[in-house]
Amino acid sequence: MIEFHDAGYGYGGRELLTEMSLTLAPGSFHFLTGPSGAGKTTFLKLCYRELQATAGRVSIFGEDTRQMERDEVAELRRRIGVVHQDCQFLDHLSLVENVALPLSVSGRDRDDQDLDDLLNWVGLSEQAKARPPELSGGERQRAALARAVIMSPEIILADEPTGNVDWEMSLRLLQLLIELNRMGKTVVIATHDLHLIRQAKAQVQARVLRISNRRIQQSGADL
Amino acid sequence: MKTILLPFLNFTETTSGRVVPPSGFTAQLTVITAAAMAFLAVFALALSMATGRLADRWGTELARGSTVRISAPADQIEAQTAAALKVLDTTPGVREARLLTAEEETALLEPWFGPDLPLDTLSLPVLIDVQETSDGFDAEGLRLRLAGEAPGAVLDDHTRWRRPLVHAAERLRLLGVVSLLLIAGVTGGMITLAANAALAATAQVIRTLRLVGATDRFIASAFVRRFTFRGFSGAVIGTFFGMIAIALLPSADEAGGFLTGLGFSGMQWLWPLLIPALAALVAFVATRVAATQTLRRLM
Repeated sequence: MIEFHDAGYGYGGRELLTEMSLTLAPGSFHFLTGPSGAGKTTFLKLCYRELQATAGRVSIFGEDTRQMERDEVAELRRRIGVVHQDCQFLDHLSLVENVALPLSVSGRDRDDQDLDDLLNWVGLSEQAKARPPELSGGERQRAALARAVIMSPEIILADEPTGNVDWEMSLRLLQLLIELNRMGKTVVIATHDLHLIRQAKAQVQARVLRISNRRIQQSGADL
Repeated sequence: MKTILLPFLNFTETTSGRVVPPSGFTAQLTVITAAAMAFLAVFALALSMATGRLADRWGTELARGSTVRISAPADQIEAQTAAALKVLDTTPGVREARLLTAEEETALLEPWFGPDLPLDTLSLPVLIDVQETSDGFDAEGLRLRLAGEAPGAVLDDHTRWRRPLVHAAERLRLLGVVSLLLIAGVTGGMITLAANAALAATAQVIRTLRLVGATDRFIASAFVRRFTFRGFSGAVIGTFFGMIAIALLPSADEAGGFLTGLGFSGMQWLWPLLIPALAALVAFVATRVAATQTLRRLM
C-alpha cells in the first residue's frame, strides 16, 4: 500500500530521515513513535505526498510519488484520510461543511443521512452547525477524524491525534481508529504516548515503528 | 447551500463556492474598484459615442455644403450675384444654389452679435448656399469660372476648417476607446492585486483544501467564481449610477456646444449594459491568471 525504498528526506542541506525501507500493508495498524523533532510528521507527510522524498523512492498504491502530477496528488489524497495535529479547518464554514469538504472538493454528492451517522459516530451531532473556533480540542480532533474518513479512504494517517485532549478523549479517539482498522483500513498513528500504544495493543495487532537517529526501526515493536 | 442577499439580487452559493472566505478588505476593494471603473467606463463610452456622432454629422453635413460669398461695390453686387448663380446653375456636381435670406443671415450672425442685429445698416457680403450632388464638383474649376464671371465671388468649400474638426472629433472618439481599454486594463490590474492579496491571505485555506484532495483547478475556480461575481456586481452598481448621471446631463440642443451632446441616443443606451459583462470577463481572466500562478508557486 505504502512502500519506502531506501527513502530519505532532507531540507536545506540537512538530512532529516534516511535509508527508510518498509512496507505498510493493507489493513495493518502502525504506531509511529520517537522523540519530538525526530521526524514523525515528516514521515507522515511523505506518506501522503505533502513532501517528496529527496533520496530513494516512496510508492503509494503502487505509484512512484516522484512521477505524480499535481492532479494525481489530489486524487491520491482522496484515498488517504489525514488527521492533523492542528486539525486545519476552514473557520468560516460550519462543522458539518468542514467534515463534508472532501466530498465537495471531489464533486461528490453529500448524503445528509450518512453525514448525520458519521457525526453521531464521533459524537458531534449536537455541534453540526458550530464553527470550528467554537469547538473544544477534543471535538476538533473528532471532527478531523470524521473528515478524514468521510471518503472511506484506504489509509488513515493520524498525527498526534491525542496530543491536545485528556486521557478519556484519547481512548475514545483510539477506539474510533481501532474500529476503522477492523473495517479494513490501514491506520498509522504518530504518537509518543506509550500508554495509548499499550491500550491499543491490547485490542488490535499493532506494530510500532520507531524513528531514531533519522532511521525507522521496525524491530523492538514490543513495548 | 447558503443564500446570500446582495444589494440587487439573490446569489446562491454551494459549499464549493464558499471555500473562499467571504468577507474582508479584498472583497470590498474588488467591488468598489469595479463599480468606480464601470462608472468611468459609462462616461468614456458616452464620450466615444457622442464624438462619433459628431464626427459623422460634421463629416456628412459639411461635405455636402459649400458657400459662395460675394463682396463687391453696391452697384455691382446684384449683377455679380446673378452671374455667380448662373455659373453655379451650370456647374456639374452642384445640386442646388440659393441666396441666403436675411433671416438666415441673422441666424448665422446671432451667436456673435445678438438677436437685435440691424442687418440693413451693415455692409454684409451676399451669401449663396451651394449643395453638392453625391459626386461633388470641381472646386478649382468653379473658382476659376467665378473669378471670370463674378470677380467678387469667393468659393468656400469648408474643407479648410472641416477637416481639422472632423479629425478632432475622430481623435476624441479614439480617446474614448483608448479610455475604455485603459479602464479595462486598470480594472484587470486591480482585481489581480486583490486576488493575489486574497490568495496570499488564505494560504492556510489552500493548504487545507489540498489536504482533503482539492485540485488546483477546483481551488482556482472557487477564487475565480468569487472574484468574477464581485467584479460583475460592482460593475452593475457603477454602470447603473453612470447611466443615471449621463441621463441627468443637459440634453443637446441647436445652440448647445459639444458637451451638451454627451450621452447616448436611442439604441445606444443598450451599449452600457455590456460593461458589467465585460467587467466580469476581465475579472475572470485576471483572477484565473493570478490564481494559477499563485497555486503553482505555493507547492
